[in-house]
Amino acid sequence: MSRMKSLSMWAGIGLLAFTLSACGTGRRGEPAPLPPPPPPPEMNDDFLPPPPPPPPPEEGIMLPPAEATNDPYADMQVLPGSIEDFHNAATPIVFFDLDSHSVRADAAETLAQQAAWLLQYPMVDVRIEGNCDERGTREYNLALGAKRANSVKDFLVAQGVEPNRISTISYGKERPLDPGSNEAAWAQNRNAQTVVIEGATQPL
Amino acid sequence: MIAFVHRALVSMLCVCAFGLAAPKAAWAALEVDITQGVVQPMPLAVTDFDVGETPDPQQIGKQMAEVIRADLERSGLFRSLNPEAFVEQSPSVDVQPRFVDWRAIKAQALINGRVQILDDNRMQVEFRLWDVYAGQQMVGLQFAARTESWRRIAHKIADAVYERITGESGYFDTRIVFIAESGGRAKRVKRLAIMDQDGANLTYLTDGSYTVLTPRFSPTQQQITYMSYRGGVPRVYLFDIETGRQEAIQSGSRMTFAPRFAPDGKAVVYSQEQGGDSDVFLMDLRSHKRVQLTRSPAIDTSPSFSPDGKRIVFNSDRGGSPQLYVMNIDGSGVKRISFGSGSYMTPVWSPRGDLIAFTKQRAGKFHIGVMRPDGSGERILTTSYLDEGPTWAPNGRVLMFFRENPGGDPYLMQVDLTGKNLQRVKGVGAASDPAWSPLLN
Repeated sequence: MSRMKSLSMWAGIGLLAFTLSACGTGRRGEPAPLPPPPPPPEMNDDFLPPPPPPPPPEEGIMLPPAEATNDPYADMQVLPGSIEDFHNAATPIVFFDLDSHSVRADAAETLAQQAAWLLQYPMVDVRIEGNCDERGTREYNLALGAKRANSVKDFLVAQGVEPNRISTISYGKERPLDPGSNEAAWAQNRNAQTVVIEGATQPL
Repeated sequence: MIAFVHRALVSMLCVCAFGLAAPKAAWAALEVDITQGVVQPMPLAVTDFDVGETPDPQQIGKQMAEVIRADLERSGLFRSLNPEAFVEQSPSVDVQPRFVDWRAIKAQALINGRVQILDDNRMQVEFRLWDVYAGQQMVGLQFAARTESWRRIAHKIADAVYERITGESGYFDTRIVFIAESGGRAKRVKRLAIMDQDGANLTYLTDGSYTVLTPRFSPTQQQITYMSYRGGVPRVYLFDIETGRQEAIQSGSRMTFAPRFAPDGKAVVYSQEQGGDSDVFLMDLRSHKRVQLTRSPAIDTSPSFSPDGKRIVFNSDRGGSPQLYVMNIDGSGVKRISFGSGSYMTPVWSPRGDLIAFTKQRAGKFHIGVMRPDGSGERILTTSYLDEGPTWAPNGRVLMFFRENPGGDPYLMQVDLTGKNLQRVKGVGAASDPAWSPLLN
């Protein structure tokens, strides 16, 4: 039944098409011969496979700059060589001027403290994460963030830290510290953060 | 699912031209010159497609007409008349329409059609475009496909109408790959996503567990290149749309980013960073042979091929601020092309070859603009707090980009080359980095 129905319909369309094209013109003003309808195509169901499982989370979550707290244990001895010890010894972040990757004078002081601590704990590896404000394109900022991270790395290496202890990564404008859209936020977001990724003393 | 819809249409059975007698002079009236910026969109009537006696549980005839109306209206060139004013709701394609009825409601063009739902989940669609005042048929086409593909058939019909009336190829049967964003600004989740050009059929291609950026379509369609932080090192990847397989184009610890396909789809041009310095590289995807094209200590990024494959436009701050440069594909003949005040970024060569679109930053604002490949004829099309990352419709007449307001989420916008038809892309929430596919087959 269904086959009959489709056959007769095809015939009908073929006839209609023939009649129309025989006396008509194509879209460029030329006769448009109507080819006979080919058979229906075969199609396979082909579904997109499910995405692969997520990879393990990245190491080295960024810590906020160390601040004085009301923590009752604040007086207790910080473990030498621990991440907390590093944050007490040096601010783990430096800031940059607009569209610049030059290490500022205030940043140089901070980086000298970072370098001194790193020289004291040679088992510790760090990653420098370069960041930018939102006033630039994604791609340009990825490149600029890489320049910032490498400026910090070069500074630390010049202070005597082994280059193979320092990796770099750029997050461009993708990870703003301050989500605001104003001068103060942009100044915060033009930074390079030093993240301890390996070799720090762990509390027992 | 995506792959399936594709295959269904690639093997679409038949597109036949029907033609009633229509001398060329008669249709001269029904034309839109899209280069001038259309002030008065052409009024047209798109009737619900006739479904006759065949069962139509999904109301495909009505929905197809809605998709066609929306496509044509979005172009800014057409104004779809309210179907409530139609004397006849679904006129038959077998006879000439009563043109007097359509003239009465000031329709200049009429589109009618018929959908026949066949057995085994197939359908056949016919449509005709009529010049109401000349009383002539301008296009008559017939399609056969699986019923799930009805939206794509509707887009193809809209493309045929656009092409017939403007003389330019259409762009409605296309898709957009982009970054779908969610979560707070400081911890945004960014997923690779794909949808039809009109925002329908949104599908996520990655799960958000790692950040992805800047996807671009291959001119051969089945591949996307993009940048991903998967595995810790930010790298350029290829994503196969049919299989879901993704792989980095090179290993190692160096960041690679800002990828774009060569016009033949066989190579990718991108940036590689080493020691803080970003340069432009070209990789042949079959041999994986790499060529370094720039060697400046400055930032060299955002490369984009000319459609003839002979030149590359890119972004560099070698002159002190981000500007646009053009070079030959062997890296020779570097020439700066942007000289206006402000910074110029993300240049993208038009598929027609006549223009380069860019992001411009000046005096606290961002713009999308275009200039000729020699840098002349700069025109600014948009202005906002942040407009970024233009991508061309395959006909080189419409641009999509993303916009962000202070402190807000990004969203997709589109604008035509006259700058007059600026609108938000519907059907999608927080999104960035759109990339237009070529016309699908």
